[in-house]
Amino acid sequence: MSKKITIEPVTRVEGHGKVTIQLDDKGQVSDSRLHIVEFRGFERFIQGRPFWEAPVLVQRLCGICPVSHHLAAAKALDVIVGAGTGEGLTAVGDKMRRLMHYGQFFQSHVLHFFHLSSPDFLFGFDGDPLTRNIIGVIQENRDLAVQGVMMRKYGQEVIKHTAGKKIHGTGAIPGGINKNLSLAERDELLNGEAPLNADQMVEWSLGALDFFKAYHKANVRSIDGFANFPSNYLSLVRKDGALDIYHGVLRAVDAEGQRILNDVDYQDYDQYIEEEVRNWSYMKFPYLKALGKEKGWYRVGPLARLNVCDFIPTPLAQKELEEFRAYTHGKPNGMTLHYHWARLIEVLHAAEMIRELLNDPDLQNEDLVTKGKKLLKGVGVIEAPRGTLFHHYEINDNDQITLANLIVSTTNNNQPMNTAVNLTAKSFMNGRPEITEGMMNAVEVAIRAYDPCLSCATHALGQMPLELTLLNSKNEIIDQKIK
Amino acid sequence: MATEKRILVYGYGNPGRQDDGLGVEMVKMIDAWIEKHGISCMTSENNYQLNVEDAETISKMEYVVFVDASKEDIREYRFRKVEPSDKKLEFTMHAVSPAYVLNLSKELFDKTPETYILAIKGYEWDFSENLSDNAKLNLEQAYQFLIRKLSNWSGVSDNLPISMLRELA
Repeated sequence: MSKKITIEPVTRVEGHGKVTIQLDDKGQVSDSRLHIVEFRGFERFIQGRPFWEAPVLVQRLCGICPVSHHLAAAKALDVIVGAGTGEGLTAVGDKMRRLMHYGQFFQSHVLHFFHLSSPDFLFGFDGDPLTRNIIGVIQENRDLAVQGVMMRKYGQEVIKHTAGKKIHGTGAIPGGINKNLSLAERDELLNGEAPLNADQMVEWSLGALDFFKAYHKANVRSIDGFANFPSNYLSLVRKDGALDIYHGVLRAVDAEGQRILNDVDYQDYDQYIEEEVRNWSYMKFPYLKALGKEKGWYRVGPLARLNVCDFIPTPLAQKELEEFRAYTHGKPNGMTLHYHWARLIEVLHAAEMIRELLNDPDLQNEDLVTKGKKLLKGVGVIEAPRGTLFHHYEINDNDQITLANLIVSTTNNNQPMNTAVNLTAKSFMNGRPEITEGMMNAVEVAIRAYDPCLSCATHALGQMPLELTLLNSKNEIIDQKIK
Repeated sequence: MATEKRILVYGYGNPGRQDDGLGVEMVKMIDAWIEKHGISCMTSENNYQLNVEDAETISKMEYVVFVDASKEDIREYRFRKVEPSDKKLEFTMHAVSPAYVLNLSKELFDKTPETYILAIKGYEWDFSENLSDNAKLNLEQAYQFLIRKLSNWSGVSDNLPISMLRELA
């Protein structure tokens, strides 16, 4: 009898979802889907609100990555207030926002690696679930766990000093920022009491990379062979091709590294990207129009960024990128679990950038805001920790928002996550008479690598449970796990 | 009066979601109360949700009160002690609980402050900054309860200013 498996919730994922696995009469996986089960229309809610409220209002989307939404909205509104697209801000405006963004990047990636993923690496995907968690990590490697917590704390301190406050931060406003970085704040972040200073963060970032690379070396087959598939990759890059998570042009490459979207202005994103709606998921499926639905889907996030950029503009991370690139002989890397490797290289880059920015005297400048001729439409794009994030607003003559369209990172990764789940389900579950915890976790490992934020992806708020269900060919539930 | 800040009131929730902002609103009230009476041994924090790094923050405290909105079927508010063993080993970060943070403090920093959660009943959770009327009433009752607790812990109740004694009467 054929079976269908559903996993909900996927643990250690921000927000919740549901995985359904369909088995055929021979016990082979015939299909699998990652569903999103709740929807509330944030894009409709924001219509009619004064446009300048958007950078604060969008933080209600999610308590996980409010800074990314805050900055993407502010960038879109820069265009509307006539401050240009990224390059139009004053030096202090641009650099304060970048510092805020690198702080967010740093703490988000650190949380993902140390807290959510390291248990899988320390204990294996099929390790005892009673120890395959952060408490197990503490008992196995206390220093690593403490470092993870203190790195998170440091990133949060950077956000606090740049966004102004932890909740509903107001640091970025249309056309600039509302505060600079005082010398006292700079000194605290740059040379604070150990371990909370910039040099220590760089050192620990290198240590985290060493930890991953040692694990990889000892487990090459299981890491490299896990949900390894070719795809396209999309991200922002700086105009000279450098990795730039705050501003740039849109570039996409295919599985061979050939450009399929060639450094285009993101104000015109809707000329190049379209979203498909499927009747079984609230989360849309974006794709490159020129390639169509079947061939145009792409991956975003750390792996995509390192596949797309030409170089990283900080020395230590650049050295790591060269090693990363050499591993696949210069071709794009399609190995799902190498997202973690790429993520840790970005942690190092963020630490280096934070240190570099803190040494920049422009952060103490007083010219905080730029203004120009108002426009009725603006698009802001930023590389959120999880991938490319689009905010598009249109306003009327009364300064009210008439249209809002958000394509969040997790939505961009919708098809890749489904592909990864499908490959993993086939690899771990084909012909198996029952579903073990290790098999379930393998599916979750595939999803976790993309660090999805499902509450963002559906533009919903609050808690969303997630489950795994197994169905037979008659769509009868034969097993169901909820964590 | 102690000068070291050893009592922490930590409110969490999303003030953009109506009554989910009860914890953050309580922190504002407590901040005003601390400032009014010049109580130096207390401090406060707020955030959308609890995070792993909060373990380091609470590890420096003797007493911690987490304040959160509650959808559960409770009366106006509920005050209960939290134990590290109450933790759930889940990792959806929306679900990091006070017990989880307390357990991390114990495991990582060998510190287990006396920790409580003050849950205040909420009713409305839509996209709005304003607390519902019933939630405001619950907040006021919870506030009166909490300042009595804080006064006792801080030791200032033996030497309270007259204005504060009136508040506590």
